[in-house]
Amino acid sequence: MMVERYVMSIDQGTTSTRCILFDHGGRLVSVTQREHKQHFPRPGWVEHDAMEIWRNLERIAPEALEHAGATPDQVAALGIANQRETSVLWDRHTGRPVGRAVVWQDTRTDSLVSELNARPDADMVRERCGLPIATYFSASRVRWLLDNTPGLRERAERGDVLFGTMESWLIWNLTGGPGGGLHITDVTNASRTLLMNLTTLAWDDDLLAFFGVPRAMLPEIRPSTETYARASRVLPGVRIAAALGDQQAALFGQTCFAPGEAKCTYGTGSFLLLNTGTEPVRSTHGLLTTVGYQIADEPAVYALEGSIAITGALVQWFRDGLGLIASAPEIETLARTVEDNGGCYIVPAFSGLFAPYWRSEARGIIVGLTSYITKGHLARAVLEATGWQTREVVDAMNADSGLALKALKVDGGMTADNLLMQFISDVLDVPVIRPMAAETVSLGAAYAAGLAVGYWADLEGLRRNWHRAAQWLPGMDPVRRDTEYDNWRRAVERTFDWIKPGGR
Amino acid sequence: MACVPGPVQSIERAAAILRLLARGSGRLGVSEIAASLGLARATAHGILRTLQGVGFVEQDEETGKYQLGAALLHLGTSYLDVNELRSRAINWADALAARSGEAVRIGTPLDGRVLVVHHVFRPDDTLQALEVGALLPAHATALGKVLLAFDAGAAAALQETGLEPFCRRTITQHRELGRALAEIREMGWASEVEEFTVGEAAVAAPIRGQGGLVVGAMGISGAIERLCDPRGRPKPTLVTYVRDAARAVSRDLGASRW
Repeated sequence: MMVERYVMSIDQGTTSTRCILFDHGGRLVSVTQREHKQHFPRPGWVEHDAMEIWRNLERIAPEALEHAGATPDQVAALGIANQRETSVLWDRHTGRPVGRAVVWQDTRTDSLVSELNARPDADMVRERCGLPIATYFSASRVRWLLDNTPGLRERAERGDVLFGTMESWLIWNLTGGPGGGLHITDVTNASRTLLMNLTTLAWDDDLLAFFGVPRAMLPEIRPSTETYARASRVLPGVRIAAALGDQQAALFGQTCFAPGEAKCTYGTGSFLLLNTGTEPVRSTHGLLTTVGYQIADEPAVYALEGSIAITGALVQWFRDGLGLIASAPEIETLARTVEDNGGCYIVPAFSGLFAPYWRSEARGIIVGLTSYITKGHLARAVLEATGWQTREVVDAMNADSGLALKALKVDGGMTADNLLMQFISDVLDVPVIRPMAAETVSLGAAYAAGLAVGYWADLEGLRRNWHRAAQWLPGMDPVRRDTEYDNWRRAVERTFDWIKPGGR
Repeated sequence: MACVPGPVQSIERAAAILRLLARGSGRLGVSEIAASLGLARATAHGILRTLQGVGFVEQDEETGKYQLGAALLHLGTSYLDVNELRSRAINWADALAARSGEAVRIGTPLDGRVLVVHHVFRPDDTLQALEVGALLPAHATALGKVLLAFDAGAAAALQETGLEPFCRRTITQHRELGRALAEIREMGWASEVEEFTVGEAAVAAPIRGQGGLVVGAMGISGAIERLCDPRGRPKPTLVTYVRDAARAVSRDLGASRW
């Protein structure tokens, strides 16, 4: 009997960790998932327990094999995709994290970020790494932890304490942890730290000095696809062959391999990435320049990114914070109880606004409330917020690239919401297309790992696996579109300048 | 009928727990419940966990106390939101379309017809239109026949109405439909061969939720020459794909035996 071989992907996301086995056709064979706790110790703080996430992985990876009736030796390779920028520090000798991981949505560093932005050499940062100085990226968090944990800086300088994003933490643990774990990151994750030089793809001494982060604590930067090592724990012997930030993994999973190809992933936040080829493109409209992927020793492929902090997270807040729905998909049921938003708009600037505004002092609002407004209208406004935020990012992308987007490829959990997908098509005035694998983050990590070990031969082969699963066509009256967009932008303006400098 | 079994003890106990929670303040800890009913703590805990699993009781995260669950208030209405069903099924529907090479649809019952709640295009990148929201006749489609076969109430309601013919092969006699539904229950899947559209065939299987309740039907549809063998019967491999996908969704929804 022929031994069937799979590729395994681990998607370490913001709310859960999932493990998926794919077959050669890129088809899903088994899925396991475990949520982890979100810690909100203070307003604006968001933390994860890195140990809990590691234990979840220890559990779901063998379960995924079990569901498929497979053994580790049938897994050709493992690829990891991860929530980006979330930072964990841990003790190299004990393997214990130093406090909880600080999540990408956390805004505790906002005053530190204002200070850094006020420095005369602040412009150097964006030139070198392609990112604005914002609470979103890792460097300010690492600096904050070093400043606020007694004795930590000395331990970090000695190399006793290590820094990593989630893929580093998982790879270090999978390859032995305190007993010789491999301390690495990939170029896409490194490109989100504010510490990597976009051209040399190496840690930049000036950036390290600017943020006050010791080099000894940093992982080694590696390509996104390459056999890094074999796992010694959980999946003994399995080759760990890819790591990418989740959004870059989705770009890969959507097979956006050519310059000009773009996708938008709808999850906790939403992220539109446009492949710009082997040259980094600098944005003048509030987008990020980032690494898309690097295949082994080939030149890196860059991307322009429009990041939206809160989309699915707004639905989760509607469910958990307000208790107006029992499960996230019910937002569509509730929204369909009314014809329109009733004049109500919600701008979810929960952790400031990301692209294209980058206003960390903005906070969320609900405007247009009248006694006419029901929870149905609020549900509409929740979904429409995702649509309009996409429109703003697409406008910026069109302005930066000088091209007009012709269709939007989408993926992620929110693509199951037909009302939302139709609305996005309506407000962008272009077709919205969902590929046959909505789990493109996981698929991208699997593709990258499979490519590294020769399970898939080349990018063209992967492209042939891409098929259209659904398409929504625009159908909104242009006058209404313009009026609504204007209302939305007026609502956005009302979120600005809410948090006063220095005050909390 | 000499061997009708007696009352099931655990169900009696579960009913007693629900009655207890429905009284007074309505929030009780496991020890209080066990003491009130004279049950061992482990027994009470086991029943509470099961009731929690089906949504009839809820546990407060902070205090650990139990109260009646929201699902009890909505017993009459569909317990699974259709948008949630789509969300839970979307991965398996994609995988089924990729495996079979055909379009996939998921349907739920709505006023004696089938509401298409999810649609995945046939993976050949030809121009296709999204059919979500469309209503299909129950008696003339594989999705509808699955829903009728596992819902005696819906099948009985159809008795009152005429069965509209769409093609030469549409089932129009109630007696014949009854036989077809019995066969579907026996086999665990349904087919439709030129019963709704000439030249088209379909295969569907039930999606089950907790306790085996059928909450929807999932299937593929397409050209008869691709779906059927030369004798006009659905190809066994395609039937297997459909049944496996429906089972995978059912497993995710908590139907343990299927």
